[in-house]
Amino acid sequence: MVLTVDGLRMQYGEVEVLHEVSFDARAGEVLTLLGPNGAGKSTTIEILEGFRLRSAGQVEVLGLDPADADETWRARVGIVLQSWRDHGNWRVGELLGHLGSYYTPYKQPWPTGELLAAVGLTESAGKKVRMLSGGQRRRLDVAIGIVGRPELLFLDEPTTGFDPEARREFHELVGRLAREYGTTILLTTHDLDEASRLADRILILTAGRIVAAGTPAQLTAAIAGEDEVRWSVDGQSFRKKTTDSTEFVRGLFSQYGAELRELEVRRASLEDTYLALVAS
Amino acid sequence: MRIIRVGWQRGLIELRQSFTNGPELVSHFLWPLLTLVALFFLRNRDFGSAVLPSILGMNAAMGMVSMSQQLTADREDGTLLRAKATPNGMVGYLVGKVVSVSGSLLADLVIVLIPGLIIVGGVTIDAAGWLTLIWVLLLGLVATLPIGAVLGSVFTSARAQGLIQLPMLGFIAISGIFYPLTALPAWLEWIGQLTPIYWMGLGMRSALLPDEAAAVEVGQSWRHLETAGVLGLWAVAGLLLAPVVLRRMARRESGSVVADRRDKSLRRAVR
Repeated sequence: MVLTVDGLRMQYGEVEVLHEVSFDARAGEVLTLLGPNGAGKSTTIEILEGFRLRSAGQVEVLGLDPADADETWRARVGIVLQSWRDHGNWRVGELLGHLGSYYTPYKQPWPTGELLAAVGLTESAGKKVRMLSGGQRRRLDVAIGIVGRPELLFLDEPTTGFDPEARREFHELVGRLAREYGTTILLTTHDLDEASRLADRILILTAGRIVAAGTPAQLTAAIAGEDEVRWSVDGQSFRKKTTDSTEFVRGLFSQYGAELRELEVRRASLEDTYLALVAS
Repeated sequence: MRIIRVGWQRGLIELRQSFTNGPELVSHFLWPLLTLVALFFLRNRDFGSAVLPSILGMNAAMGMVSMSQQLTADREDGTLLRAKATPNGMVGYLVGKVVSVSGSLLADLVIVLIPGLIIVGGVTIDAAGWLTLIWVLLLGLVATLPIGAVLGSVFTSARAQGLIQLPMLGFIAISGIFYPLTALPAWLEWIGQLTPIYWMGLGMRSALLPDEAAAVEVGQSWRHLETAGVLGLWAVAGLLLAPVVLRRMARRESGSVVADRRDKSLRRAVR
């Protein structure tokens, strides 16, 4: 296991923001922490990054407790946050080269040119960082996060503020990191579509608890969402929620035969599952 | 030791940026230019020749303020957090900061010193003077930069940094830069002598002025021993305090802390 979390709890004064959170991640897995704002996703990821001290529980990341991890451990972990505006006066290529040089005692960092090509910033190598667009800046942040070839990459709300095209390019990049380089990735998002697109496994976190976990398909199946069936007979519309839509529709056909019109079956989606979980 | 070299390179890159970037370039030349204009009009006054070395000393002591301001700015935009997320990044960051701030000070010093020597008569540097200039400058930097780092860690917002400027201006006023300290009431004279600004100014005057000029100083002497003593004390205090305060500050940095700070500053900007 690259990452093991067992009974993690976090308290700010009287307020408990994480209750007994437990999960783990295998090498090369893309794991998504999905949940609404304020669910405790950032707190969890900051504890795993070693930036925040937990109140209780066991945490092991790459074989060490992040709370007292050393610089060697630091060199094996990549971090991408959502709010970085740093190094605005540096040139893109220059910054990547410089930050890469911190990793040379541990491993061969990505050569700047290759890395720029991987994140699609080759054209911007000579630009000042503050002249980059929002999407370009995020891709630079990812490039910095992986310059030391991390075994584990943390991505906190990576696509906030992206336009659809930038978002798709970003998703492709994350997929490539996991497939081609075997990087284990833990990302947080409140975007369900993003979670189901990227994740091997989704953990749904609400109000400081993991309420469900599994592959996107497992999650949909495990929590029996109700399908919705709509139809009309003699110009009159009907709708019905049912857990077994196939059987229900068979019944409709035998009852109405050719009079049945405008039949529509909406399968329970992951979104319905998610909303039901988060609402309860 | 490798990380020192990485930090050194970082400092050089930042230094180069400060000389190729519009706004920073203005601050490099505007302030020295104003200083030189002032020197030009003061050149025939009694204390006129003492002003050049005093200003050099003051400028060097102001490294404290730029250190403090840059630390605050770097914390606000996430540069410090980035350093924290990088192996040995904090060491590299600090070495880089010391190199770029000192380098920037030395450059500004030369920008004022060379034309200043031409404008102001009665200022000469012999070999012993150069030696004094160098040790006062180096010791002064070691005394003031760690204190600047402490101030930058304690005062977290750009606004609080603005407030630091006020007492700093007060200290400059009573530091014997623009008129001899002996002209001040005794209690102010004492406060003035607590600051490194006074001692760096005094050291510079002793390097650049003829020995007779010491007559207007406290005790009619350049007091090299005391200069080394006071600056040394500041250096020791700063070097002991800075790592503790910096570590405490760095420990508190995380993604959500930086995000909160950004949201706050955005809200302020909107209002």
